[in-house]
Amino acid sequence: MTATDAPAPVLTATGVTMRFGGLTAVHDVDLTVHHNEIVGLIGPNGAGKTTFFNCLTGLYTPTEGTVTYKSSALPPKPHLVTKAGIARTFQNIRLFANMTVLENVQVGRHTRTKEGLFSALLRGPAFRRAEKASEERAMELLAFTGLAPKRDHLARNLPYGEQRKLEIARALASDPGLLLLDEPTAGMNPQETRATEALVHAIRAQGTAVLVIEHDMRFIFTLCDRVAVLVQGEKLTEGTADTVQADERVIAAYLGTPFEGAPGEEEAAEVAAAEARTEETQEGDQR
Amino acid sequence: MNPHTTPAATKATETPAAQTAPLIPLPLTTARALTATGALLSAASTFLSWTWTTRFPGNLTVNGYPGGLQLLTLTGALLTLAYTLTTWNIPGLRWLNPAGSNNATALLATATLATTWYTLVTIAVQLGGLANLEPGGYTAALATLLTLLGTLALPLDRHTEDTDGTEDTQDATPGTGRPKATTRARALARTALRTIRPGHPHQQPPPPRPLPPWAEILIIAAAFGIALGIVTYGIGTAYGELFTGFLLLAGLGTAGLARAGLLGRLTALTAKHRTPTVTAAFIAAALFPLTQDTDQYTLIAVNILIFSTVALGLNVVVGLAGLLDLGYVAFLGVGAYTAALVSGTTASTLDIHFPFWAAVLTGAAASLVFGVVIGAPTLRLRGDYLAIVTLGFGEIFRITVGNLNGESGPSLTNGPNGIPNIPDLVLFGYSFGDTHHLGTIALNPFANYYLLMLLFTVIVVLVFSRAGNSRIGRAWIAIREDETAATAMGINGFRLKLLAFALGATLAGLAGTVQAHVAYTVVPEQYVFAGPVPPNSAFLLAAVILGGMGTISGPLLGAALLYLIPAKLQFLQDYQLLAFGAALILLMRFRPEGLIPNRRRQLEFHDTTTTGPGTLTHPEASTP
Ligand SMILES: Nc1ncnc2c1ncn2[C@@H]1O[C@H](COP(=O)(O)OP(=O)(O)OP(=O)(O)O)[C@@H](O)[C@H]1O
Ligand SMILES: [Mg+2]
Repeated sequence: MTATDAPAPVLTATGVTMRFGGLTAVHDVDLTVHHNEIVGLIGPNGAGKTTFFNCLTGLYTPTEGTVTYKSSALPPKPHLVTKAGIARTFQNIRLFANMTVLENVQVGRHTRTKEGLFSALLRGPAFRRAEKASEERAMELLAFTGLAPKRDHLARNLPYGEQRKLEIARALASDPGLLLLDEPTAGMNPQETRATEALVHAIRAQGTAVLVIEHDMRFIFTLCDRVAVLVQGEKLTEGTADTVQADERVIAAYLGTPFEGAPGEEEAAEVAAAEARTEETQEGDQR
Repeated sequence: MNPHTTPAATKATETPAAQTAPLIPLPLTTARALTATGALLSAASTFLSWTWTTRFPGNLTVNGYPGGLQLLTLTGALLTLAYTLTTWNIPGLRWLNPAGSNNATALLATATLATTWYTLVTIAVQLGGLANLEPGGYTAALATLLTLLGTLALPLDRHTEDTDGTEDTQDATPGTGRPKATTRARALARTALRTIRPGHPHQQPPPPRPLPPWAEILIIAAAFGIALGIVTYGIGTAYGELFTGFLLLAGLGTAGLARAGLLGRLTALTAKHRTPTVTAAFIAAALFPLTQDTDQYTLIAVNILIFSTVALGLNVVVGLAGLLDLGYVAFLGVGAYTAALVSGTTASTLDIHFPFWAAVLTGAAASLVFGVVIGAPTLRLRGDYLAIVTLGFGEIFRITVGNLNGESGPSLTNGPNGIPNIPDLVLFGYSFGDTHHLGTIALNPFANYYLLMLLFTVIVVLVFSRAGNSRIGRAWIAIREDETAATAMGINGFRLKLLAFALGATLAGLAGTVQAHVAYTVVPEQYVFAGPVPPNSAFLLAAVILGGMGTISGPLLGAALLYLIPAKLQFLQDYQLLAFGAALILLMRFRPEGLIPNRRRQLEFHDTTTTGPGTLTHPEASTP
């Protein structure tokens, strides 16, 4: 997929900076997402990934920088951003807990339907048709994410993995051109992660570009066409999975640079042993 | 913890242990016989005299037929008897107790006991001593106690989420291995609480026998007929003691019927036949004035209707959109003042007389404008701030109309004196101030207003249910659940909150226009934040919360109770707000979802299907 295929990139963020008082959480970040692309955003904890997402979706107004969606500048209002065509999920699940699964997705359709209060009060044929269409579309999405049998369950009664899926279904309900996923597999077991991978592929196949934050490197590197690395608010590097994986600075950013005077042999051995152990348990999990 | 917040995942692991050992060890047949005998004796005792003097209201001195509070005991005893028989598999009675729960019997026995003992204790206290009780009274006391003990010897099902047994053995007296007496008492109390606590029976009642639709509609009609009878009885109770007895019996009795699964069946039926249900409810309510000879209780009923209609309007704001509005009564005031000003009363500073429909539209429009003016700046605030600001605006309204008297402000509202002498309504030549005769039926002035107000209530019910069940309503609920997520779903939070606020204001304004004519006078002091006379902001909010937020019948029931209790229990007058506060605390502790839980919460109870990791299906679209 090259930029020449699609006329304008889906998303262009230029020089996005976000300051909270003295803290610069995001500093001068540029990022482009092209049509039909899956882009990964990685970085250690507190790097500013979620803050960057919030700047893109209007939850925060960036201190500096601009965000454009399909070559029109985005206003810093979340509902207008969604209306324009960017939908998102949240790192800490934010479903409408006391609404049913179906209703959650129907809320996601809000920007693509327009029945107002009066038509609701009068209940004319147009209203009924719109309600039916909204329900049908929501059911399609529930079938797409595999949640159709749970339509009448309360969102908060779903298991964790299904709650994350429901968030994705709800975001997809606004027919977005770009989907932002904030750690979609956090807390999932390997099977569920695999299912989410398949889901993201299917979403892209439907023509929606995806920008995804994730700590699971396997997930990122198998899924993404391009990966950007954020460290301490700044974009360190960007490129294909292989380039990023090979980059010394990325490894350093994740593992930390060696102390001055290098660690003693004992510590080094300890670290190696610990790593080996986690590796083992992960392998075990996946079987 | 509250059982209603148990997630489905943990619920699925619970064994639906049906019935546990009885609290009192007795053979089953003995227990049943004991219950039945007790209930029969209780019923019989109501035919004896309970006291020697007619100084206690209701005349309980007669041997031969029951009177006053004895009638309540009789009703309770007969119901208990019927429910005892249902568990004996007597054909024709089974429908009373679809869940086959002994808890229903226990609750009814408790209801009977509570009413009876309340009566006897009140007699003793009012007349000065137990000596005032006749043998019939003692018989009643013993018989009801016997019944309750009998039911406690039946196998009862309880909430099982608490760790039974483990706690009992934890603090056993060292050395003996036997639980300490206090621990045992506490365990017993806990078990008792769990037994009566309203909730879902562990056994799902079997699905009802299919009935032809006309039969189902007939059942709905009959249910509303009974409900009309009960409500009419409650409103018509002539003295406070009778009302308290009624509340005890009706409250605990309803809990019993709910435990039996009977109310659940009824709810399912009403959900299936929406239109017949609304029609039946409307007809039952419209029949109320016909059951009254005087307008004493009709006036109460009109006021209940006004109060509940406004409470339902507030439920749009609080229950659906989740906006805590502490100054809601001001919108009722705006509607009432507007209607009063254009009513043509000589006391009005405006020399105009609108026809009623125009007055209604003006009142609603004025309320709407007021709502938008207040809402626009305040709705940008969240949570507590909004509550404080609306509280302030409510008071500003009252103080302002108290000062628009030509001295401290422009002359509009006559200040604290208000606008008196509001004329009776005349609609299409039908004068509301006169008594009209339809054949043998007389409709007195308050009955006329009652029927008019009922029409408004129906409008508000329709508005609430239609708005709530639509794209807009879902957006409101989403905002209530999580405003940030809602805006991220494309919902313009501010606009939708303003819409809810404005709709709520308009509905209150509508009710206000009728209120002005019913009360004949509007004064600023009717529209306080908290006061002894019900439609005030605090009571409105309490009606919504007590009844059940986000429901239709909840606020109606809550308002009826909150109006009737202070009206009937004169002795509470001085302690009313204290009792009110205490009641609210208890409610929040034991039943935070209100008397009528929201459908959304009830849904949890039906979430019985469980999901293991195996059912996590691959998305269908990913395997093309
Ligand atoms: N509203 C806020 N006010 C002040 N500081 C904030 C705010 N939001 C985020 N921060 C700070 O900005 C930094 C970046 O946080 P952010 O949540 O974006 O990190 P992240 O990359 O998403 O990390 P994680 O992987 O743990 O989710 C952190 O130091 C955080 O404390
Ligand atoms: Mg984050």
